Amino acid sequence: MIALLTRDIRLAIRAGGGFGLGLAFFLIVVVLVPFGVGPQSDLLARIAAGVLWIGALLACLLSLDRIFALDWEDGSLDLLATAPLPMEAVAVVKALAHWLTTGLPLVLAAPVLGVLLSLPAQGYVPLVVSLLLGTPALSMIGTFGAALTVGLKRGGLLLSLLVLPLYVPTLIFGAEMARRGVDGLDYGTPLLMLAGITCGTIALLPFAAAAVLRVNLR
Amino acid sequence: MSSIWEYANPKKFIDTTDRILPWISVLAVVCLVVGLVWGFFFTPDDFRQGSTVKIIYLHVPSALMAINAWLMMLVTSIIWIVRRHHVSALAARAAAPVGVVMTLIALATGAIWGQPMWGTWWAWDPRLTSFLILFLFYLGYIALWEAIENDDTAADLTSILCLVGSVFALLSRYAVNFWNQGLHQGASLSLDKEENVHDVFYYPLLVSIAGFVLLFIALVFLRTQTEIRARRMRALMARERMG
Repeated sequence: MIALLTRDIRLAIRAGGGFGLGLAFFLIVVVLVPFGVGPQSDLLARIAAGVLWIGALLACLLSLDRIFALDWEDGSLDLLATAPLPMEAVAVVKALAHWLTTGLPLVLAAPVLGVLLSLPAQGYVPLVVSLLLGTPALSMIGTFGAALTVGLKRGGLLLSLLVLPLYVPTLIFGAEMARRGVDGLDYGTPLLMLAGITCGTIALLPFAAAAVLRVNLR
Repeated sequence: MSSIWEYANPKKFIDTTDRILPWISVLAVVCLVVGLVWGFFFTPDDFRQGSTVKIIYLHVPSALMAINAWLMMLVTSIIWIVRRHHVSALAARAAAPVGVVMTLIALATGAIWGQPMWGTWWAWDPRLTSFLILFLFYLGYIALWEAIENDDTAADLTSILCLVGSVFALLSRYAVNFWNQGLHQGASLSLDKEENVHDVFYYPLLVSIAGFVLLFIALVFLRTQTEIRARRMRALMARERMG
């Protein structure tokens, strides 16, 4: 498992096009928003949490089809399927590698971009915590979506159509928590709900992803 | 005539549905005509909502069927996963477009109703939002069916998507409840309540709900038959090419 994890991370970093791309996309989306809505800092402060969440979600989506597509093309997915490692574990490791190379950098970049959007001072901690809790769920759901569309030739657009509705609950609770933090309200309830969703997806979705992969490799 | 699983045989399914399809269709049309005409022309206007209340005879049944179509797809998907009856997978496939149309009717009539009543076509109300999300789920499901060439693979993948999607649709339903307070009224029809809407509106509404249910069943039967026949055609043509 660890060998697979290090291999995936190394591939993501060295193969180019994957690792920095999500982060750069996140940066560009956040930079473009003030051009779209105007430079008033009070307006930006009000929407900053939501914009950062949407940007992180889209950046996550961008790199999803790379999770399985390359392994599918060069046949290493078949090798993984015949390896002693169960498919469920493969799905978990893939999601973890995706999170480490996409989700975690996004979480770390979010406070910096928060400055650009003049996010109020009390909003930083809830924003980072909500992203830290929420992005693993995004990676896991995305892994399921990527497994679903791995055999398709033009799966990219379909993948976003399938995955985005599944992102709704995570986005609602994550952005709600960040927003409440910005307003100085109590954010305990959305925090617990977000953590619950993340734990639930990590516990259950690997089985769905593995089942889907087995169908696709048949 | 012992078990429902006999209808997993495509021939048996087609024979039986062929026999009852005309009856269901006629009954659906009768119910719809009676319910809608009764509702539109022979019920009084609501004292606050005026004549706009009559849109209820389209809005409520279509919303009901939009959700129940998804439930039916969920059940048939589980049957496909567990017992691998092809008719079941095809019925799920056949129900999806009907469900989309029902969702669209519910959304459109809701907008038309909301404009005079709430002064807006659309509000980010929990019920409205979850219907929009349901619509997206339907779109993804149908798109996945269309995208995959191998029939069995498509059936497997879409049924798993349906299971996962159901869980997330339910989660979204409660998440949007938490996210925003609603304009939409609470449930005004339920089986365990003493009084629902007033009887004058209630009976024509029940008739048109029955009409929508029958219409849905008729459409799903018809579309499932078409799917079975299309698959048979493809098999025959493949055999012809082989020989």
